[in-house]
Amino acid sequence: MELLQMQAEELSGKIKSGELGVWEAVSFYKERAALAEPETGAFLTLTEEAALKRRADEVQEGIKSGRYQGSLAGVPVAVKDNICTKGLRTSCASEMLENFVPAYDATVVERMQAAGMIVFGKTNLDEFAMGSTTETSALARTKNPWNVQHVPGGSSGGSCASVAAGEIPLALGTDTGGSIRKPAAYCGVTGFKPTYGRVSRYGMIAYASSLDQIGPVGRSVSDCAALYGIIAGNDPRDAVTSKEEVRIPRTALSDASEAVGRLKGMRIGVPKEYLGEGTQEEVRKAVWEAAALLARNGAVVEEISLPLTEYVISAYYIIACAEAGSNLARFDGVKYGYRAKEAEGLQEMYRRSRSEGFGEEVKRRILLGSFVLSAGYYDAYYLKALKAKRLIKEEFDRTFASFDCLLTPSASETAPEFGTSLPEPLRMYLSDIDTAGVNLAGLPAISIPCGFGGNGLPLGIQLIADRFCEETLFCVARAYEELRGALPAVWEREDAGKAGTRQESRGSRNEKDAGTAGMKKEERRECNAGRGKAV
Amino acid sequence: MQGEEKQYETVIGLEVHVELSTKTKIFCGCSTRFGAPPNTQTCPVCTGMPGSLPVLNRQVVEYALALGLALHCEVNRYCRFDRKNYFYPDNPQNYQISQLYLPVCYDGEVEIALAGEQEEKREGNGNGAPAGAAGTGRKKKIRIHELHMEEDAGKLVHEENGDCSLVDYNRSGVPLIEIVSEPDMRNAEEAIAYLEKLCMLCRYLGISDGKLQEGSLRADVNLSVREAGSGTLGTRTEMKNLNSFRAVSRAVAEERRRQIALLKEGKKVVQETRRWDDTKGGSYPIRSKEDAEDYRYFPEPDVPPVVISREWTDEIRSRLPEFKEEKEERYQKEFGLSAYDAGVLTQSRHLAELFEKTAVLCGNPKKAANWFMGEVLRLLKERGREPEELWFSPEHLAALIKAAEQGKINQANAQKVFAEIVERDVEPLSYMKEQGLETLSDEGALRLAAEEVLAGNPGLVAEFRAGKEKVFGFFVGQVMKKTKGMADPGKVNELLRQLLGKTE
Repeated sequence: MELLQMQAEELSGKIKSGELGVWEAVSFYKERAALAEPETGAFLTLTEEAALKRRADEVQEGIKSGRYQGSLAGVPVAVKDNICTKGLRTSCASEMLENFVPAYDATVVERMQAAGMIVFGKTNLDEFAMGSTTETSALARTKNPWNVQHVPGGSSGGSCASVAAGEIPLALGTDTGGSIRKPAAYCGVTGFKPTYGRVSRYGMIAYASSLDQIGPVGRSVSDCAALYGIIAGNDPRDAVTSKEEVRIPRTALSDASEAVGRLKGMRIGVPKEYLGEGTQEEVRKAVWEAAALLARNGAVVEEISLPLTEYVISAYYIIACAEAGSNLARFDGVKYGYRAKEAEGLQEMYRRSRSEGFGEEVKRRILLGSFVLSAGYYDAYYLKALKAKRLIKEEFDRTFASFDCLLTPSASETAPEFGTSLPEPLRMYLSDIDTAGVNLAGLPAISIPCGFGGNGLPLGIQLIADRFCEETLFCVARAYEELRGALPAVWEREDAGKAGTRQESRGSRNEKDAGTAGMKKEERRECNAGRGKAV
Repeated sequence: MQGEEKQYETVIGLEVHVELSTKTKIFCGCSTRFGAPPNTQTCPVCTGMPGSLPVLNRQVVEYALALGLALHCEVNRYCRFDRKNYFYPDNPQNYQISQLYLPVCYDGEVEIALAGEQEEKREGNGNGAPAGAAGTGRKKKIRIHELHMEEDAGKLVHEENGDCSLVDYNRSGVPLIEIVSEPDMRNAEEAIAYLEKLCMLCRYLGISDGKLQEGSLRADVNLSVREAGSGTLGTRTEMKNLNSFRAVSRAVAEERRRQIALLKEGKKVVQETRRWDDTKGGSYPIRSKEDAEDYRYFPEPDVPPVVISREWTDEIRSRLPEFKEEKEERYQKEFGLSAYDAGVLTQSRHLAELFEKTAVLCGNPKKAANWFMGEVLRLLKERGREPEELWFSPEHLAALIKAAEQGKINQANAQKVFAEIVERDVEPLSYMKEQGLETLSDEGALRLAAEEVLAGNPGLVAEFRAGKEKVFGFFVGQVMKKTKGMADPGKVNELLRQLLGKTE
């Protein structure tokens, strides 16, 4: 399966050189998806064959004429179903929008199309991106391709699962409190959340406007950077997008040795609050292993403290829910979406349409949001959360005055089993601790697979950089990826045909890892030694 | 009864919404043109489609700043938008983007002119200003609490005998400025003077049509009563749906009466919003304070805060026009116009500017004023047009005034030419020539005509000479007839006198 092994840029290269036809590539993924979907359930909508063929031919033509020359021309891409696609249903995995077909394309979709990419289908998510497991989707259940008893993570579960399962080389997700990075970690793929204001949100159906950001999900840092390069940049239709130049370290991305070379003297902080009590030991170990790897290659790694981390979850949920309550007010049965039948009068139409159209989690967050903004509570909750947000941002600012990058887990554990998260919403909320601070501070962060847990499920580390310092982030991420070496893909297990053997083999790997657990201190020493050298 | 009522003082504050005349809406590029077929001036943004985002129209900020500066307001250097959350079908997002915490302008004041001393003399809260320079009028300062920007909602159309309502989003997102006054007004006259002043400022600034009747200016009246001399405010009501100055006046009187009656009965005024019904001459409550909605305001995350630099406000300040009062005063001083004429000519900035240019060009401001007060206003009235619709070149009118003054055209023909100038902006001198409307300036031809008239009426000439002055008019008429009205009557007079005298 040579095609399957190809990363998106490589695929595009083959297409541009004429070795591979666009439709050939697209058909290949169509077959892959047809094969994997019954198990994965990553897609809510697939672009119709006729439309897909038309688009593939158009792109083929465009490549021939030189109109499409970009690094991802000819590549099919999956789009999270809270991003508007003209003429293609965009449901937010909600009954409220089950039949909603947008009249316009999101800016990111327009830009991908202008770059010669092909929208392949729309992926499942937690309803309106509210959830951490994709279990709150009202329309489909997406499973973790590594183990179908487990969730893919959320809310961009469909995007991450589809990439992990080899159904698509690249996908778009959205990240409000970790919705790209957490499922990327759970599914063993790379997921990148850009600086707030880097990527236009125009056409993304808002969850929490001040935190939402669209980002790529792929099999490698380089693929993610390439897609980011296409979608990022100022958009006059999203007033919060920055005019700051988008910089991608192209040579470091294509030549890993350069990326590794640039590690030298790079200062990397490991905040201890991200490795605290709730973090599984194997996750903690994976992070320190990654730290050691980077330190061995010239980075200066240091354990640091971000004491305000304990306020992240409260501040995040107050702000996100407050904005969500307002953002979702437009779904009222009047203009589009679900409308309750035979409701008597306006108020009942509103009440029933919204009660019936929204799921439990969405309603919980709308109620929470309405509560924290209501008269008498605004100061006690919302205003305090805004203050906490500012302080958290300032804490990161201070940290980035002396560090280039932070290293943390992407999630404190491997993907949980179905049914274990939703009954305890508070616990589920708390699980966003590793990722939500990044959104509050508007920072760019990337989740990269770093190995597997004892249960055979993927683990991910998170690298965080200062606002608009994506270039640094990509460099460190690419270097880590190179130093880490190749990890097996889901289909390699499929090719082997026996999940059991793989589990076993990984089990043994973990035994070996367990053997190195005692090395933790030593590795820390190594990191500290690194710091000692630089300081 | 009358005596008892005098114990109460009315306290009025106004909330005025001004619809701005920007070309496009406040948060999208859709046209604001009025009267288009329903939902034809809409886009994903102003219909609240999922995923759409607002982008602020900077012209709206400029207009708000211009009005704020004209009202002597302070400017928030860092101003921000907030969301006001409420459900209603005319509001596509179910929230309105407005300003609560950091409005663009605050703490201003505006001077209003009042007719006379009348019943307001006794009021003694320090707000009353000394009588104006003219001696007859009185001036008063009304403080402005704040001025903020927001978006308008769409319009609901209720099907007459259907069971449904339709929504037209053409108006959704049309920019509004809301001006909130302090409770500084004491009667309807002051409220109306304040509204007129706002209208005038808006029109002079060119930021709005400022028409109460057409809804481009909407006023809500907050009114309470208290015993005269009391330092605390009574419970207020808010009156909505006031579509004319007359309605404001009637509503103020009626609400004052209603509240006083309640107090006299020992009842309490309920804080509530009421709706004025102008045909019934009364109001009814639509919302009490208890069931007032909690709007759950919070900072709008999609619209970045607007940073207003001193340079920006300075630039806008430097572009502020000369306002009505200043113009009025200058016209009296510089052009020697009467207070009345100056007042009328400055009703509209456009009219004033046309007049002023014409006056300067023709070198005779009083003559120009007479033309405007007479012909221009008559024509507007006749055709039911607004001064803003005048588009002729002041050069042309000035040339006509000069020509008339020099006797190159008689009054009747000058009026004809004037109509053409107003209609088609013709160049008067060439038009006069073309149409043969110039007075007969050929002395020889005129003399010939006069001589013929006199020669043809020897009897009347004799009568005239015998002292019958009346027949002179007949001679003039005959000469005019002979010259087909082209002669300058002054010249004809002169010539006839000369001829009649000569033969004597």
